[in-house]
Amino acid sequence: MGAYVLRRLMLVVPVLLLVSLIVFTLSYHMPGDPARLLMGQAADEETLALKRAELGLDRPFGVQYVSYLGKLARGDLGKSYAKKGKGVGEIVRESFAVTLRLAVLATLVSIVFGIAAGVAAAVKPYSWVDYGSMLLALLGVSLPVFYLGFLLIVFVARNVGLRTAGFDDATLWSQFASLLLPAIALGALSTAIVARLTRSTMLEILGQDFVRTARAKGLAERAVVLRHALRNAAIPIVTVVGANLGGLLMGAVLTETVFSLPGLGREIVNAIFQRDRELIAGGVLFMSLIFVAVNLAVDLTYAWFDPRVRYE
Amino acid sequence: MSGSSATVGRDALAGAAREGRSPTALAFRRMFRSQTAVAGLGITVALVVTGLLAPWLAPNEYWRISREAVMQAPGAHPAHVLGTDELGRDVLSRLLYGARISLLLGVGATGVAVVVGVVLGAVSGYLGGWVDMLLQRVTDTFMALPTLLVAIAVTAIVERPTLTTLFLVMGFLSWTTVARVVRGQVLALRENDYAVAARSLGAGDGRILFGHLLPNCVGPIVVLGTLLVASMILFEAGLSFLGLGVQPPYPSWGRMLLDAKPFMEESPWLMVYPGAAIVLTVLGLNFFGDGLRDAFDPRMKV
Repeated sequence: MGAYVLRRLMLVVPVLLLVSLIVFTLSYHMPGDPARLLMGQAADEETLALKRAELGLDRPFGVQYVSYLGKLARGDLGKSYAKKGKGVGEIVRESFAVTLRLAVLATLVSIVFGIAAGVAAAVKPYSWVDYGSMLLALLGVSLPVFYLGFLLIVFVARNVGLRTAGFDDATLWSQFASLLLPAIALGALSTAIVARLTRSTMLEILGQDFVRTARAKGLAERAVVLRHALRNAAIPIVTVVGANLGGLLMGAVLTETVFSLPGLGREIVNAIFQRDRELIAGGVLFMSLIFVAVNLAVDLTYAWFDPRVRYE
Repeated sequence: MSGSSATVGRDALAGAAREGRSPTALAFRRMFRSQTAVAGLGITVALVVTGLLAPWLAPNEYWRISREAVMQAPGAHPAHVLGTDELGRDVLSRLLYGARISLLLGVGATGVAVVVGVVLGAVSGYLGGWVDMLLQRVTDTFMALPTLLVAIAVTAIVERPTLTTLFLVMGFLSWTTVARVVRGQVLALRENDYAVAARSLGAGDGRILFGHLLPNCVGPIVVLGTLLVASMILFEAGLSFLGLGVQPPYPSWGRMLLDAKPFMEESPWLMVYPGAAIVLTVLGLNFFGDGLRDAFDPRMKV
């Protein structure tokens, strides 16, 4: 296990270096002048040149990249030019708090609804419950998150009295209320995948000998399904939920745009339109770091559960 | 699709010899037995036809602005069956042209991904050694990239991404599965008797790889390619929805959703139709791709 962990950790380094190089190259070539953004339209050419020298923007590409990496190593993501020099680290921290809550809630949605639908379908295979939930699962796989978000806003939100846009962080309840529909939209894909997997795994397990034994000794069907079968289906379900976490973070970028949530994804998209290079670079880099870390954690957990993975 | 023999089971081969049908023909027969696969094929064909014939099918030009017919609900105006948008453009015409753009981008980006994936996977599997090691690490790195974010960052720097830019960006971020599968196939195939025979007859590496091994990877590549087209169409819709994909005046379904956003409460039809078009297309391609996969190689099923 130790060797496997080490090998996987070593793999993270080139990935992050590559992402940082891509992101830095892009922000280096980004049109728009940060000095102009900071000093305003009235500034003359001499002031702008001074500002550029102060920011280090007149140095060659390689030098700037290395100094950027040095700053990153010290945990300094730079400053947002469009937000009057507010620290990128601070913006990322504040907005990622919203994204994280959205992703966690979406994961909960996918676990609860996915397992419920999958179990219901597996208990009565080829019944209308089965066909109905698998049809919903099929829709869940094909509906893009931004379209489902629209449908929820227009056809559901108003009818059940939930807010259609923005984030209200006044109380825990208001946070939940403003994130519920976005989480359903974002979690739909994972819900569908979890439902399908739960169904097939449960069907397989319910046909095994120990289930017949449990039934034969007179256990209630409820106990057989929930305590004996579902518990054995847990590992593949947990694995697929984990594997979907990374995709969930990417989907959050789109979800936040549909529901106008002040999350990190929307900050990055807004920064792109404002040509705010340090915020773009810092935001994408941070999101990539989380993405890579989540995938790494999932792989390590998986390897811990299933030793065969370590030797592939 | 000359030889997907390597991907078909032995009993199918025996059947082919007896009935005089090629394994490919048998696979297609298997595919046509699945209702969902046929439905998927039907939707896909309809999409392709729509895309090709858009200029003749569309009642209007997609860019034609009409000040007299702004925000018409579907059916309210006889000339605009699915209504008009905030600039008075005909929604149906834009949807039909949108099929063309989606298909073009889906197929184009898939083409880039397949070419990159096949070349890297084949070279990696055939040469082995340090080349394989290096290419596998590159593949790992690309698999770990947050695709959408990198694509967002790339398209942001080119102020108005052209279709070519989008092909390349989406394709270069999506070749990893193809490379993995082709590498695995080539790795297994290069030990086969016919590969050894070709080598002993003096065939060079290039001839063995491109003339003998790759033709036997066509089945899996076609299956992966079909499924990739669906995910590329979703990818493009997502990018366009963020305003970073296809640029106006071209009507992309994702872009139409973005444009409909401010009006979604009072004019929901502006977003219902393009969204439904995306869902139908993706559903069709996935059905068709799954059917192909089950028919050509049931082992690929996950």
